[in-house]
Amino acid sequence: MYVAVKGGESAIENAHAWLAEERRGDKSVAELSIAQIREQLSLAVNRVMSEGSLYDADLAALAIKQARGDLIEAIFLIRAYRTTLPRFGTSEPVKTGEMSCDRRVSATFKDVPGGQVLGPTFDYTHRLLDFKLAAEGETPDAPAREAGPGDVPHVAEFLGREGLIEEAPRDEAAPPDLTREPLEMPAGRALRLQALTRADEGFTLGLAYSTQRGYARNHAFVGELRIGAVPVEMEIPELGFAVEIGEVVLTECETVNQFTGSKTEPPQFTRGYGLVFGQTERKAISMALVDRALRWQELGEDNEGAPAQDAEFVLYHADNIQATGFLEHIKLPHYVDFQSELELVRKLRREVADNRTREAKE
Amino acid sequence: MPDQTAQRQAWMSLLAKAPGGRAAELLDAAMPRPGFDWLRRPETGSVMVRGRTSGTGAPFNMGEMTVTRCTLRLESGEIGHAYLQGRSKADAEVAALVDALMQSEAAERLQEAVLRPLEAESSTRRSARAAKAAATKVDFFTMARGED
Repeated sequence: MYVAVKGGESAIENAHAWLAEERRGDKSVAELSIAQIREQLSLAVNRVMSEGSLYDADLAALAIKQARGDLIEAIFLIRAYRTTLPRFGTSEPVKTGEMSCDRRVSATFKDVPGGQVLGPTFDYTHRLLDFKLAAEGETPDAPAREAGPGDVPHVAEFLGREGLIEEAPRDEAAPPDLTREPLEMPAGRALRLQALTRADEGFTLGLAYSTQRGYARNHAFVGELRIGAVPVEMEIPELGFAVEIGEVVLTECETVNQFTGSKTEPPQFTRGYGLVFGQTERKAISMALVDRALRWQELGEDNEGAPAQDAEFVLYHADNIQATGFLEHIKLPHYVDFQSELELVRKLRREVADNRTREAKE
Repeated sequence: MPDQTAQRQAWMSLLAKAPGGRAAELLDAAMPRPGFDWLRRPETGSVMVRGRTSGTGAPFNMGEMTVTRCTLRLESGEIGHAYLQGRSKADAEVAALVDALMQSEAAERLQEAVLRPLEAESSTRRSARAAKAAATKVDFFTMARGED
């Protein structure tokens, strides 16, 4: 229960002034610019764009600066800003098969056409602190090599040609949008994918990990992981044709999972899918594993009662802004609620004490 | 006229993806800006970006991106539209101006002075990145093993 109480204005004002000072930190240290955050903390920027559900690197960098590096607070700022924007329309679905790949690896086929392209990855680094970064210095340019022409085909196409993997047939049904209508169960796959792509990375990672450890095990291989830029096309209402209005960097992960077949389907591989704004590899792989686990019903698998199979559990707890809003509100004044609880406990204690006295007398 | 549509799509896309301020530099170096009236002043909003399940299947909503749009009419009558990623109203104005001018007698001049350099720069950026990616492509070699 909430009751309006006056007071605390000047305490709040002073707290915010101190917050601003603490945010700035030691003034003898140079202030961070938005461009520095955007360019040098780009993976934090990517996470804020993906979970904030708004692709705009400068805004995400600003939010990170304002939030003092608290990424969930930054995501909160972006979500709040997003609601102030009028929506001009909807893009054509992006064509990830035509991605300009910075990175593209397959864990299932060594000699995949298009090759194993590592890109700017942390993989194979030794995870030793590099003290050279603590000193200022020049960064050498990355080596270059002549690139082959053409688009890099999706790995699933190769398995698809032999019928070894379930198809993902083209469909033009308009998908539901959880930013417009509340998320309701049962949630179809399009709605689940929207919820997962903006879901908290840590929560999604934990759930995905649980499937690997045996809670709804579906034995995923990373059929393909690709990161790169794709153009965004939108039909311009005034013109009646589509135009590329920009470009976004995406991470796409397609898993290939075991499937032994059912009465109607021959044995073939099944798929989980992850597609996330920015270079967000851990999240995209996690999303694909959780997507696959949530498909147990349509694939005729057993409900093992695993958390990752429970769409309601997953989707209603995956949003870190909803979660943090509800979690953190309990620190705000609940004086009246607590007064009534206090009264209740005192009353119960009185009754117990009275009973004891009565029993002692008898 | 599908040809004209394709050409307009190409230049609008090029203008939308140009780095901030670049199209303005090129336009201002090429000619003085013509007079125009706003039909819709620059405004920033969002576009919902969609993906497809497994890359090829049913569409789903991924998240939004910021987009700025505007529409203007040159004094000579041509109407220019701009829809471009980001929040730069100045870039949107230039994109709409160039879109309108490309339908006027200035088209040839702007093709050379604005669009061609934008295209070349975009292609250089793309191939520089592709070349760095290509340098990280794994060359497998098989170790000789066993028997002989």
